[in-house]
Amino acid sequence: MPVSASLTGLLWRRPALRVAALISLPAVWFVLFYLAALAAMFISSFHTVDELSGEIQPGWTLDNFRQLLGDWTYGRIALRTIGIAAAVTLTDGLLAWPFAYVMARYAGPRLRPALMALVMLPLWSSYLARVYAWRLILAHDGALNWLLHGLGLPAASIGYSNWAMWIVFTYLWLPFMILPLFASLERIPPSLLEASSDLGAAGWRTFRRVIVPLAMPGLVAGSIFTFSLTLGDYITPLLVGGPGSDFIGNVVYANVGVSNNIPFAAAFAVLPLLVMAGYLLIARKLGAFDAL
Amino acid sequence: MRFDLARTLLWASVVAILAFLFVPVAIIMVYAFSASNIQGWPIQSFTLQWFARTFADDEVRSALWLSIEVAVVATALAMLMGLLAALAVYRIRGAASEAIAFAIVLPIALPGILTGMALNSYFVLWGINLSFTTIVIGHATFCTVIVYNNVIARLRRLPPSWAEASADLGAGPWRTFRLITLPMLSSALGAGALLAFALSFDEVIVTTFTAGAQTTLPLWIFGAIRLGQHLPEVNVVVCVVILLTIVPVLLAQRLMGRAALLHK
Repeated sequence: MPVSASLTGLLWRRPALRVAALISLPAVWFVLFYLAALAAMFISSFHTVDELSGEIQPGWTLDNFRQLLGDWTYGRIALRTIGIAAAVTLTDGLLAWPFAYVMARYAGPRLRPALMALVMLPLWSSYLARVYAWRLILAHDGALNWLLHGLGLPAASIGYSNWAMWIVFTYLWLPFMILPLFASLERIPPSLLEASSDLGAAGWRTFRRVIVPLAMPGLVAGSIFTFSLTLGDYITPLLVGGPGSDFIGNVVYANVGVSNNIPFAAAFAVLPLLVMAGYLLIARKLGAFDAL
Repeated sequence: MRFDLARTLLWASVVAILAFLFVPVAIIMVYAFSASNIQGWPIQSFTLQWFARTFADDEVRSALWLSIEVAVVATALAMLMGLLAALAVYRIRGAASEAIAFAIVLPIALPGILTGMALNSYFVLWGINLSFTTIVIGHATFCTVIVYNNVIARLRRLPPSWAEASADLGAGPWRTFRLITLPMLSSALGAGALLAFALSFDEVIVTTFTAGAQTTLPLWIFGAIRLGQHLPEVNVVVCVVILLTIVPVLLAQRLMGRAALLHK
């Protein structure tokens, strides 16, 4: 076929053209369906909904943002969301250390892939199943209180509370922290640690001055996921949070599904967008993108 | 002596964290065999009857079928886009390749509620009704990164000399790709596809914003838990889904080694 042959020839002689041909489909898809969608969300946050007809009124008004800033309820929801996302990220950051460290430094060649698989499996197994498991465990007649009762301890009533959300989110996203942390710990050459101890640094000092700084990109890469996934969730607050534990996502979801006020939902969703934009900028500075 | 203590404590915390990760999964799987309608602990009596009832439930079956259809189409699209994007990014350096990689990872790096809300307001803006197609568009968008990550990782490890040898022997770029590059990428592509399938099959947050009247399996589970209906059936579905997702993950790990799973 002369046409295809000449096309092949053209692509062969012009490498830039070849790259352009390769990237065109994904580029069109991502611009058309993702970046344009983010832009559409941003634009519709300036629209309003006619209270009588329920129709969206195009235009440029700050009414939605004024309403969000004027009502402290939304401020509390935003603070709760960001606060719990930060608490979960810190907790996972702490819990991931011993696991990732043992995996990188002590586990043998057979144990290491096994530990890796054990961290992966819950990560990929059903999200809803894992949230639901905790809903049952933390419930009043659940496994936790059964255990406490067996130990002769008083029953805990942490089901349907902010504590429950903290535990469940920490549980859900822990593997996302362990894996990149392990990857960056594994890359530290043992000779660096030997050099540090040869120069007289005790174990703890080597850890603090050599290991932690070198592991930072991995830790920050993991934190992008733990923070962002918590920030954008509304299912876990709905299933294990109590009344009055709404996240930004719950308000967004309710305004899309129930009240049909898409502009208002879009306006509130702009907040996590800004928070994540800031977070990603800082993460980039800390070298997390190379560890992603 | 002190060092040994530290080491023992470290290993103990590894065991504790594994227990933390697996005990809830084990507990929820046991619930599938509970005879009771009430979801208390400990479980009083065991039965298999809920399995039969769940498999006979038309709602569950059609939700399962829809989830499989969505995941198949979304995975196919993600494979195509992830492969093309990886091949392109592999050939360029600098800001352009960084920008493309960033755009591809964005749908999973940004909070799910944002991706869902963005797609929802976009479709509403154009007056597009939410449907099977809109669910697939969302899923293909956030699944692409998984295929992309696997393929680019493999490409970077391939010796360029193979493709050069093929070119020296007179093969054109398309022939080199078909006979040399693609076969060497196939297991990475396969692992990426399995994981993309698993991700799509399980996704709920974005889906609630892009589904109209359609009910995927996660949407059915979510609705049932929220309304407190069909809970014994939920237990069975959840148990089966956990068992099913183990298969693609273990297969992907076989195909790819651990690189496949590092990025969800």
